[in-house]
Amino acid sequence: MKMNMVSALNQALLQEMGNDDSTVLIGEDVGVDGGVFRVTQGLIEEYGSRRVIDSPLSESGIIGVSVGMAMNGLRPIAEMQFMGFSYLGINQMIAHAARMRNRTRGRLTVPMVLRMPYGGGVKALEHHSESTESLYVQVPGQKVVVPSTPKEAKGLLISSIRDPDPVVFLEPKRNYRLMKEEVPEEEFTTPLGEARVVAEGDDVTIVGWGAMIPRIQKAMEGREESAEIIDMRTLSPMDTGTVISSVKRTGRAMVVHEAPMTCGVGAEISARIHERAILHLEAPVVRVTAPDITVPLPQSEDYYYIGTDRISDGLNRVMEF
Amino acid sequence: MLVDDHDPQEGKRLRILDENGQVEGDLEPELDGDTLVRAYRNMLLTRAADQKALKQQRQGKLGAYPPSMGQEASQLGPAMALEERDWLVWAFREMGALIWKGVPLWRQYLYWKGNEEGNSYPEGVRVTPCAVPVGSHLPHAVGIAYASMLREGDSVTLAYFGDGGSSEGDFHEALNMAGVMKAPVVFVCQNNQYAISLKWTHQTAASTIAQKAVAYGFPGIQVDGNDLLALYAATREAVDRARKGGGPTLIESYTYRLGDHTTSDDASRYRSEGEEKEWRSLDPIPRLRRYLEAKGLWDKEKEEKAMEEIDQEVNEAIQKADDFGQPSLEDLFSHTYGEMPPELRRQMEHLHDLWGGER
Repeated sequence: MKMNMVSALNQALLQEMGNDDSTVLIGEDVGVDGGVFRVTQGLIEEYGSRRVIDSPLSESGIIGVSVGMAMNGLRPIAEMQFMGFSYLGINQMIAHAARMRNRTRGRLTVPMVLRMPYGGGVKALEHHSESTESLYVQVPGQKVVVPSTPKEAKGLLISSIRDPDPVVFLEPKRNYRLMKEEVPEEEFTTPLGEARVVAEGDDVTIVGWGAMIPRIQKAMEGREESAEIIDMRTLSPMDTGTVISSVKRTGRAMVVHEAPMTCGVGAEISARIHERAILHLEAPVVRVTAPDITVPLPQSEDYYYIGTDRISDGLNRVMEF
Repeated sequence: MLVDDHDPQEGKRLRILDENGQVEGDLEPELDGDTLVRAYRNMLLTRAADQKALKQQRQGKLGAYPPSMGQEASQLGPAMALEERDWLVWAFREMGALIWKGVPLWRQYLYWKGNEEGNSYPEGVRVTPCAVPVGSHLPHAVGIAYASMLREGDSVTLAYFGDGGSSEGDFHEALNMAGVMKAPVVFVCQNNQYAISLKWTHQTAASTIAQKAVAYGFPGIQVDGNDLLALYAATREAVDRARKGGGPTLIESYTYRLGDHTTSDDASRYRSEGEEKEWRSLDPIPRLRRYLEAKGLWDKEKEEKAMEEIDQEVNEAIQKADDFGQPSLEDLFSHTYGEMPPELRRQMEHLHDLWGGER
């Protein structure tokens, strides 16, 4: 059946909560309202208010309570309404969720998912367009997953729910209803830690994730170069091998992300390419990223958000070096 | 109900044993002689183990350590109201409570000596690890309690924190959510009056910490924190209420830290000798001893014998912690994720090649 990302995520939640009694959903407006983006629609009717918890406005509480639930046998799926609000609770991820396994040498673990919409391009209010995945990627012990299409979203969310470690699941809100694609009705998993080759090509490797994937595809329309497009899917742990073997073949690489440039995930990918494939490179790795400025309010969003022109410009730079 | 008769907003504080170990009023809890003796022995052990930790720290054999002296009753009383299936969520100054709940002393020494294995408790011991970021463990207690409610029905979770912790945002978020979710959780604030240097009266403008419960919609009670019987009785009532679906309780144990905040602190910088001296006279250990002596459960001979045994127990625990050995490089890497990602393995192997696995 063809569906958009919201429906695919909703189906994944519906099916996994049906499969596993230990799953619970917790977040602001996730119950009666079905979530502000409707990702959790219908779940409270199906599983009741004990397992689908409309929580008070309490980001640290939502994450901290989820950590406790996970330590005591549940598999909580917590929602932050927007990534920009997750900072109110990020201490619970850094100080507890991500390190509980190591701190107790495996005695207590935190198999939880922290879902949140991220990124811009929808002319939203201040704090509603953040793409600060690097904050989460820097923390050992938690995984960071970013789906790019409806089918990807379903498979990756099911894998994240079943994963034994805390997973930060970043949903590209711009892609929520951007496209529909065929998504298998039955449950399926998409392994974490494995990148996906979206399109094969010989001239250049373009690396991206989440909302940037359809952008990159659009930017390539009408271009002569044959680009290998790689969707990282999991930013931590990172599938370096897929990127390196592609770059060794193409000799050129570009990373595209919505986050600011400095210490963005692109910097890490670029460093790994230079460390492991420098003798194959025809040009330095190019990064197409947001500038190191505060995310602007909607009137100036187009200056900030990565358009196809920025991707095209990056491609010119990596090809013409 | 104790909570009904001891409204903190009316300035009432629950006390059962007076300073001389005499029972006041008719609230003496039903505890058998064996349990009382075990409790007293736990307090003696905690005091001795604490002194040993301080000595070890001064000899460079143990890292920064938060001493327990003066708070032995405050730690132990609440834990005594728990069953094996109940959870204990501690902060970092609850040695006696942990011993009572089944965490071996040597594991605790191992943690303070800087080994994560010290946080790995025996199977079935439902105790969370040390939580250093103040107050941030309180939401975990709510989640653990909620999970118990959903899955098992009648396990209760008890969480300790301090007067300083009551100012943290997570204190508010945890108590608020506990109230809303009607979680079977008991919060025990060990108000030892100082958060490092800050006097508790500068931590809050409220006249008690217990009264903060009112705003969260559940009962709060202030208890004499050097009175083991009062702490036990108040917690027993709170645990029973939680177990029956009655929701959370906040207990403020009004006590005093006789030592420094940690071995890196010097309490003489912020409080007077006179104040310390006054609180030394309220020491919870002799108070309980006099109660036991009056009941015929304890005497000088038993005390001497117990102290000999405890001395040996403490030395054995130190020895066991020292014998445990240093973690290997693999230990450090292999508990980061359920399964080690290839990139992490690559980093580990590089260091392994450099050092041959030991350093």
